[in-house]
Amino acid sequence: MNILPDYQPDPAHTTRYLFFTGKGGVGKTSLSCATALRLAEAGKRVLLVSTDPASNLDEVLETKLSNQSTPIPGVSGLDALNINPVEAAAAYRERLVGPMRGILPEAALRSMEEQLSGSCTVEIAAFDEFAGLIGDPAGASTYDHIVFDTAPTGHTLRLMSLAKAWDQFLDDNQSGTSCLGPLAGLEKQRAIYEVAVSTLSNPELTTLVLVSRPQRASLREAERTSRELRALGVSQQRLVINGIFRASCSNDDVARAMQLRGEEALEQAADFIKSLPSHVVPLKAINILGIAGLRELLGNPVAKLAASTPAVWQAPEMRRLVHIIDQLEKKGHGVIMTMGKGGVGKTTVAAAIAVALAQRGHAVHLSTTDPAAHVAQTLDGQVPGLSLSKIDPVQETADYTAMVMAEQSAQLDESALALLEEDLRSPCTEEIAVFRAFAREVAKGEKGFVVLDTAPTGHTLLLLDASEAYQRELERQTGASQPAEVVHLLERLRDPSYTSMLLVALPEATPIHEAAALQEDLRRAQIEPMAWVINQSLHGCGSCDPLLMRREQSEHRYLTEVVEKHASCVAWLPWQAEEPVGAAALLKLSLSNIS
Amino acid sequence: MNHIQVYDPPMCCSTGICGTSIDPDLINFAAVLVQFTQRGAKVERYNLSQQALAFAQNPSVQELLKSEGTECLPLVFCDGVLRFKGRYPTQEERRAWVRDFAAEDGER
Repeated sequence: MNILPDYQPDPAHTTRYLFFTGKGGVGKTSLSCATALRLAEAGKRVLLVSTDPASNLDEVLETKLSNQSTPIPGVSGLDALNINPVEAAAAYRERLVGPMRGILPEAALRSMEEQLSGSCTVEIAAFDEFAGLIGDPAGASTYDHIVFDTAPTGHTLRLMSLAKAWDQFLDDNQSGTSCLGPLAGLEKQRAIYEVAVSTLSNPELTTLVLVSRPQRASLREAERTSRELRALGVSQQRLVINGIFRASCSNDDVARAMQLRGEEALEQAADFIKSLPSHVVPLKAINILGIAGLRELLGNPVAKLAASTPAVWQAPEMRRLVHIIDQLEKKGHGVIMTMGKGGVGKTTVAAAIAVALAQRGHAVHLSTTDPAAHVAQTLDGQVPGLSLSKIDPVQETADYTAMVMAEQSAQLDESALALLEEDLRSPCTEEIAVFRAFAREVAKGEKGFVVLDTAPTGHTLLLLDASEAYQRELERQTGASQPAEVVHLLERLRDPSYTSMLLVALPEATPIHEAAALQEDLRRAQIEPMAWVINQSLHGCGSCDPLLMRREQSEHRYLTEVVEKHASCVAWLPWQAEEPVGAAALLKLSLSNIS
Repeated sequence: MNHIQVYDPPMCCSTGICGTSIDPDLINFAAVLVQFTQRGAKVERYNLSQQALAFAQNPSVQELLKSEGTECLPLVFCDGVLRFKGRYPTQEERRAWVRDFAAEDGER
């Protein structure tokens, strides 16, 4: 393949709106920040926006952000804001409930708050903020560019397709209230939604930047996102492959393998890469944090790093993955969930655990709620005793709709049935359908092992939050008939003898801190993770490449931090020269031992 | 029966499909309202979670909420007279309601 040009944003040819998307951990935040910085330093007024509930924009910019635009110190013309959908929902709730205090009785206020705590409200509130920025001409008129560091891909897709789904929904739905708020109020919003949708599909105004690592799964994901968003009308797209590595130390097996693995991944995705403007960003020695780091990311290639002698360092005590599998096996059955930021290897860890348990003679079900997962590819063939399933939102929604229609048809008049069918087209139906599917998979843990490779962090949080709101709703509606699996969901997730949560992270700043934040959120929901898994560690890899040695050394503080601060049980997995695919490779991985 | 006012308990949407279980009476009720609208009635439907102001502005609703709490919802008024309280009409009641509506329609 021809050498791809370096990614250098051109302030003279950049659309007003830029959306960065890609599997978590690929460097969306760093690249969107570096791009915004470049534009601001060229004299443009730039607003940088994060819509990820697990955003680390604060960390990268070293500035405390809120949902109001905040100037970034040291960079004239650059403002940033962080839309946390959960907080946005709280603000939305307060807007509705606040004015009623002292006017309506306390019970009515409580009842309103309860209803406005559901997942629908979170979705609406997030979308409201998002649409306000791109759909309301007054919203961000003082900026030349608005750069979105969007949420991980699954969420991005939903956010964007909602713009269309809701627009259609508003066109079709004529009666009563809808999830989007009272129709009267919507008339005002409607114009904003329409502008938001048309802006997204206008190539003069909007560019989608797909960010990928030079890895097969990551590029596949970018291609899938590209296709899906193109189908939704987002036609102006470009690809940035972040973290291209070229070995500089001859006779270094690790460095050579790493370069080769990257080249093979690019070769395999050649057709996709050629299909749109594609660029590369070379791998850097350290994590990109702070304004100086961001400048370096897209800056001139740094002078060749001098070779350094490895410092003597004693790794903290970490276990083999197989040790955790032994503990899981003792439980006899139950749910095992691998969680963490996208791209950290949740699927690999989930598959390794599932394969090991199946080979020990247990009935194991491996299931995914992550629309971006590649479980089947990771397994590469059938394993006796192991069954596989996927929670596909489209299929789940179709099944749920059909079930509801069938259940209700006997009790409903013809016109009521038509009304129900119309209302089932609401975007909330998907939320409920996916939620029920999740509960169903979790319930299967009664009979055997269920390994769930969950969706990226942000989505996971919303899912768990939804389950709690759901629980309250159930309690409110006593007597309502519910599938038992839904009623028992939260109780099961909180029972450590039933559900084992594993937090997966890479030994780098952002993934570790996000995993720690996720752990806090889980604890707030009264769920205690069982262990952490540190994946793709370069520790002890023996490379003499200066870049890789720097990266290896930079891991030390994060490995120590995890063991000392975050987890009592930590498993360690080394960086692999070849992507672990197939049962044998996965088993071998689980036996890796830190030297 | 020209004016129908419905004060719903807090909910997502008018048929309740966004909730966790589906109440057929609620969907049938929504369908009856559509029929009334098509036959020229003025139907106003308020949802506590989204249009709380309408609850506060109606003294009868305000009074019932104070004395009975949110259990009094839904409240259905026809020309200002309370017709259903604390539940949606059953099939029998819906039929009676439609008959009454047609009869009054005939008188006009």
